[in-house]
Amino acid sequence: MGKISTRQAYGETLAALAKTHPEIVVLDADLSKSTKTYEFFKVAPERFFNVGIAEQNMAGISAGLAASGKTVFMSTFAVFASGRAFEQIRNSICHTRLNVKIAATHSGLTVGEDGGSHQSVLDISLMRALPNMTVLVPADANQTRRIIEKAVEVKGPMYIRLGRMDVEEISGPEDSFQIGKANVLKDGKDVTLIACGLMVHEALKAAELLEAEGVKARVLNMASVKPIDQGAILSAAKETAAIITAEEHSVVGGLGSAVAEVLAEHPGAPLTRIGVQDSFGESGKPAELLEKYGLTAANIAAAAKKAIGKK
Amino acid sequence: MDQFSMKEKENIALDIRRNIVQMLGEAKSGHPGGSLSAVEILVNLYFDAMNIDPKNPQWADRDRFVLAKGHAAPVLYAALAARGYFPKDELKTLRKLGSRLQGHPDMHLLPGVDISTGSLGQGGSVAVGMALAGKVDAKDYFVYLLWGDGELQEGQVWEAAMAAAHYKLGKIIGFVDHNGLQIDGDVTQVMNPTPIDEKFKAFGWHVQTADGHSLEALKKATAEAKTVLDKPSVVVCKTVKGKGVSFMENNADWHGSAPNADQVRQALDELAQKLA
Repeated sequence: MGKISTRQAYGETLAALAKTHPEIVVLDADLSKSTKTYEFFKVAPERFFNVGIAEQNMAGISAGLAASGKTVFMSTFAVFASGRAFEQIRNSICHTRLNVKIAATHSGLTVGEDGGSHQSVLDISLMRALPNMTVLVPADANQTRRIIEKAVEVKGPMYIRLGRMDVEEISGPEDSFQIGKANVLKDGKDVTLIACGLMVHEALKAAELLEAEGVKARVLNMASVKPIDQGAILSAAKETAAIITAEEHSVVGGLGSAVAEVLAEHPGAPLTRIGVQDSFGESGKPAELLEKYGLTAANIAAAAKKAIGKK
Repeated sequence: MDQFSMKEKENIALDIRRNIVQMLGEAKSGHPGGSLSAVEILVNLYFDAMNIDPKNPQWADRDRFVLAKGHAAPVLYAALAARGYFPKDELKTLRKLGSRLQGHPDMHLLPGVDISTGSLGQGGSVAVGMALAGKVDAKDYFVYLLWGDGELQEGQVWEAAMAAAHYKLGKIIGFVDHNGLQIDGDVTQVMNPTPIDEKFKAFGWHVQTADGHSLEALKKATAEAKTVLDKPSVVVCKTVKGKGVSFMENNADWHGSAPNADQVRQALDELAQKLA
C-alpha cells in the first residue's frame, strides 16, 4: 500500500461515515481542502459549515451544535486549533464535557516550509492539560480510520492530532485501537521505544538499527497520549529498564512528559525524551527539519544505546 | 404554555430582585449590578416568550437561552427557581461548596441551564451552534441570548454576529443589557462599544431598541423579532445597573461585590415598599 497522510485518511473516513451517521456535522475554518474535511462536504454539504477564518467562533459553534445533540468534528491547522481557540475549548467544550472532536491537521515540524509560526509543537501539551479531554495521535492512515470510528462512538471532547505529510503504513487494517492502550509493535528486553504519530515509524526503524547491533528493542505505539497506558509504561520500565520517548512535538508537556509523569510516581527506569527541545521550528523540507531537530531513527537508536550503556 | 398576566410578571420581577439581593447577601460574593439590570429581560423570556417545560428541561424542541454574560447567574437562578425548575430554597446555596448554583451557570448541575457560560464573548457562538442544529434538524425552536454591553468588547461576539447573519439564523433573538457600566467604569470610557445598534445593523441583524425595564416594551420587541425569519434579531435594551436598589443603581462598584447584612436589609425594605 502506498504512503498516505493521516489528514487524507481522516477526510475519507468522515465522508464514509456521513451516510450511516446523520448526527455528524463538520466545521472548518477556511482550510477544508487542506484539512480534507472537503471530502465530507462533497457527500453531506448540508452538514458542513465553513465558518471562515474564525477559530474561536468555530469552537463555540461546535459547542452549541454538540449541546443540541450533534457529533461535531471541527478542523483547522493544529497551531490554530489548540492555540488560537484554547480558551474556547477550555470553557465551551471541556468544562461543559461536550461531544466535540477537534481533528487538527498540519501538526509538528513536518508542515515544513511554512515555518515556525505554523509548526504546532505545543498542541499535545496544551490539550493534555485540559480536564475531560482525550488526546489521540495516530501513527498512520489505518490507525486514523480506527480512531475516527472510535471518536464517533465515544462521547466527549477529543483532540486528534493529524499530519500533512504522507506516511508509511505501519499497522494493518485489522489492528485494533483502544483508548488508553498502547499497541506493542515489537517486543524486546533491552530498551523500550515509546512513540506517537510519525515518530512511530522512526522508532521501528531505530529498532532495526539496534537489532543489527544485537540490541532487542520493544516498540510501543502510544497513540493514546491521554489517557496514557500506565501499565505498558510500568511493564516496560520493569522488563527493559530503559525507556526512550519520541514525538514530533516539544519535550515540554508532550508524550515524553506524560511518560515521565508516570515514571516519576513509580519506581521506574531512566528516561530519555526525543523531541523538539523547547524551541519553535523554522522553514525547511520536512525531512531536513526532522534531521536538524534530532527526530530520526538514528537519534532514537543513539539515545537507546546510551541509556543501555548506563545500566 | 403557561400564561402570566402583566401584573403577575411585575410581581415575579420584584420577587426575583428580592431573591437576588438575598442570595448574594448569603453568598457574600457575586454580581448584583448586572443581575438586577437584567431582571425584566429574563422575566419576559421565562414567563412570556419562551416555549419551555420546567418539568422536562431536556425537551429537544424547547426554546434555548444562552446567558452569555454568565456572571449574571443570580438572575438566571432566581428566574429558573421562580419558574419551577428547582426549589427556591436552594437559592441560598449560591457559590457554596457542593452547590448546584455555581458562581457561573453549569449545565450539568442545574436543570434549566441550557449551556454553561462565564467566559465573556463565547455565548454568541454557542447560540449560533444551537440555531444551526435546529436548522439542520428542521426544528422550530428559538435561541435567546443575553449579552452584556461591556461584553461587546470581546472580538468573538462579532465573529458570532457575522456567522449568525451569514447563515440567516432568524431563530436567534439576542438582547443586550445596555446598562452602560463595566467593572472599571463607564463602558464608553473603558472601550466604547457604541453605537451598538448601528454595529449590529452593519453585521446584517434586525435591530430594535427598548426600555429594558418595561415588560410591555420587551414583549412587543420579542414579538416583532419572532416575525423576522431571514436574519437574526437583537434588542438593545437600555437598562440601569443595580436597578431597584437605590444605592446600587448606576454604580459600577456594585458590579462584583455583594451587600452586607445591613445593606441586604435596606435593599429588601426598598423593594418591599415597591410591592405596596
